[in-house]
Amino acid sequence: MKIMVAVKRVVDYAVKIRIKPDKSGVETQNVKMSMNPFCEIALEEALKIKESGLAKEVVAVTMGPSNCVDTLRTGLAMGADRGIHVEAARDLVPLSVAKVLKKLVEVENPGLLILGKQAIDDDCNQTGQMIAALLGWPQGTFASKVVLDKEKQVATVDREVDGGLETLCLDLPAVITTDLRLNQPRYATLPNIMKAKSKPIKKYTPEELNVEIKSDLEVVQVTEPPKRKAGVILSSVDELIDKLKNEAHVI
Amino acid sequence: MEKWRATSNLRRSLKSILNRQLSSVSEFRYLNEKRSCQSSFNLIRDCKSLGQVNAIQHRCFSSASTLVQRNPSFSTLNFDDISYFKGLLGEKSVIQDEDRLETVNTDWMHKYKGSSKLLLLPRSTEEVAQILRYCNSRCLAVVPQGGNTGLVGGSVPVFDEVIVNVSSMNNIISFDKVSGILVCEAGCILENLISFLDNQGFIMPLDLGAKGSCQIGGNVSTNAGGLRLVRYGSLHENVLGLEAVLANGDVLDMLGTLRKDNTGYDLKHLFIGSEGSLGIVTKVSILTPPKLSSVNIAFLACNDYSSCQKLLMEAKRKLGEILSAFEFLDTEAMNLVLHQFDGVRNPLPASMHNFYILIETTGSDESYNREKLEAFLLSSMEDGLISDGVLAQDINQASSFWRIREGVPEALMKAGAVYKYDLSLPVEKMYDLVDDMRIRLGDMAKVVGYGHLGDGNLHLNVSAPEYDDKILEQIEPYVYEWTSKHRGSISAEHGLGLMKANKIYYSKSAETVQTMASIKKLLDPNGILNPYKVLPHSLNS
Repeated sequence: MKIMVAVKRVVDYAVKIRIKPDKSGVETQNVKMSMNPFCEIALEEALKIKESGLAKEVVAVTMGPSNCVDTLRTGLAMGADRGIHVEAARDLVPLSVAKVLKKLVEVENPGLLILGKQAIDDDCNQTGQMIAALLGWPQGTFASKVVLDKEKQVATVDREVDGGLETLCLDLPAVITTDLRLNQPRYATLPNIMKAKSKPIKKYTPEELNVEIKSDLEVVQVTEPPKRKAGVILSSVDELIDKLKNEAHVI
Repeated sequence: MEKWRATSNLRRSLKSILNRQLSSVSEFRYLNEKRSCQSSFNLIRDCKSLGQVNAIQHRCFSSASTLVQRNPSFSTLNFDDISYFKGLLGEKSVIQDEDRLETVNTDWMHKYKGSSKLLLLPRSTEEVAQILRYCNSRCLAVVPQGGNTGLVGGSVPVFDEVIVNVSSMNNIISFDKVSGILVCEAGCILENLISFLDNQGFIMPLDLGAKGSCQIGGNVSTNAGGLRLVRYGSLHENVLGLEAVLANGDVLDMLGTLRKDNTGYDLKHLFIGSEGSLGIVTKVSILTPPKLSSVNIAFLACNDYSSCQKLLMEAKRKLGEILSAFEFLDTEAMNLVLHQFDGVRNPLPASMHNFYILIETTGSDESYNREKLEAFLLSSMEDGLISDGVLAQDINQASSFWRIREGVPEALMKAGAVYKYDLSLPVEKMYDLVDDMRIRLGDMAKVVGYGHLGDGNLHLNVSAPEYDDKILEQIEPYVYEWTSKHRGSISAEHGLGLMKANKIYYSKSAETVQTMASIKKLLDPNGILNPYKVLPHSLNS
């Protein structure tokens, strides 16, 4: 079985982000970029499944401008066998990503498609669900545990939901999106980094795949949330009542 | 020649030791190492038979440091003093509360404890000046204190010295975005300065594990080294100016913000590294480097120490200007950290290696620097210098590597008693000392070696379940003699404080030390600033 993992290049999780002066988006010049943490977890899960003998090959996929290849290289250094880079302008919305992935799935025929539950730059949490719908495949989102049964060709997924944990059984092929507690991604070791240099990366363009990636959404403005105001220490209950009545208007 | 000079010092210190022994002494409470009467008598007996000069002189140097007497010329606090301070600083800044005094009287390692009855928290240079002027006139001894993270007992009182803690002076005065020059008060915590500068696109030129608590005044007063010295140099290079208050209350305003100023003697360098014994630093002006976007870090394993050395040479040549840190840990240190902390993951779990190296590069071009580092690592691997390694893929992984290296001192504290030594040695000899100590101590204790390999600085730590004089005997003075033999420094960055006050002769000549004593006498004639520390006790009498 082949496993396909989609990975995204985002601003590093630990960086303190700043908004561009023209409010058109987040400053990404000269800022450390890395693989989306949830995508790392997705790749780690795929590698674990491969190491347990239930899959033969792990293919990492990314979409965006040429610098996205760095993320693919990280994926290959972690242990993915092949990379696919779909060259496109920046900021593809989840629907476009899902459409491109659908075409790639038709080309590659994986038995499992694993994605991170959301990207930390847009926090959309849509791509996994959309691609499952486009393909007509079952989906197990917010996975905190994945167990594959090769004979029965099913995946048992524990999902983290608001009420607790939900266990689903999915027929393969299926789409899984990963949540934080699924696993701890491995480090990229030097021998693997060395091997990664010779692993193939195939390039596509959306035109080649016959996908229309024009977005229906336009980002109008990006602003910071209002700064948290300092608390006020009150000196008496009367003052509290006064403030609740006249300032906060709650009584 | 050396031996003769040492012998004359020996005679001088012998006299003072014998005098102290024979009169009734009030000994300094050395918390976990109790010297019994028996061993003191042995000391006198041994000193009397001046047969083998070498053996005896070193034994005397080591044990003398534990027998400190309170200097009778210092006054004791009285009611009027307290009222004066309360009037000067306000009630809130004059602390006599037992619980708070307990914390400030004890050092970070819980090895030294003083018995001060008064903690003062001045909020301005003027208040510090008035405190010192008063204490000088009354001959009250004073201990300048900041974050109290020092490792040689230099930041806590020995007896009942008044503690002058500058933590309340924590304002950032100015920052020039063009030149990167930061002017701030001495009580600013290093981590806060780092965060502030981060927003401006700059970094502090020094970084150490204690950054969450240590203050810049203390860093400057102890000439702290840290993790980035190999790239940005020492504080002597980065501090452009400072403001200090002398023992008599005079304020020396040397707070320049100029890169170049050759007008007269550069006195600020006296205060940098003098551990509060020449004056209290109240403001610092420091040159900060711009924050470069591309930081990469690798955690590597080497089979033997000579590979570590060769790796260092290669790193300096091939990584050149982008190298910003080169640290090492041995397998003992790694084991300790993995054992003592839960959430710390071994980056190289396949097997335990003999040595671990942490290399960090900082530059402005991400892809170029990454390629350079990868190429260097891969060629080192092919040459057999590295047996395994990992490269951090994001900032989180980078922090986890640093957590391992920065966590060693904390892990040692948690493991029980620890004897800490901080030595500068020629790089090729550095690990020989660790091996020697392992042989000497055998099963008695665990010897851990780690440190700033890039600067030739070894942190030798001996870890045991409890403090034991037998262990100390095997370590001191052997470690100091060994270091002295290789012309190393017995205190690379931690300073002398109380712990090594009498050890200075292992690394500095008698004339040099005599000149230091003259400077001390000039700037602090009553000797009220941080007494009993830094310079040998014999020079005070």
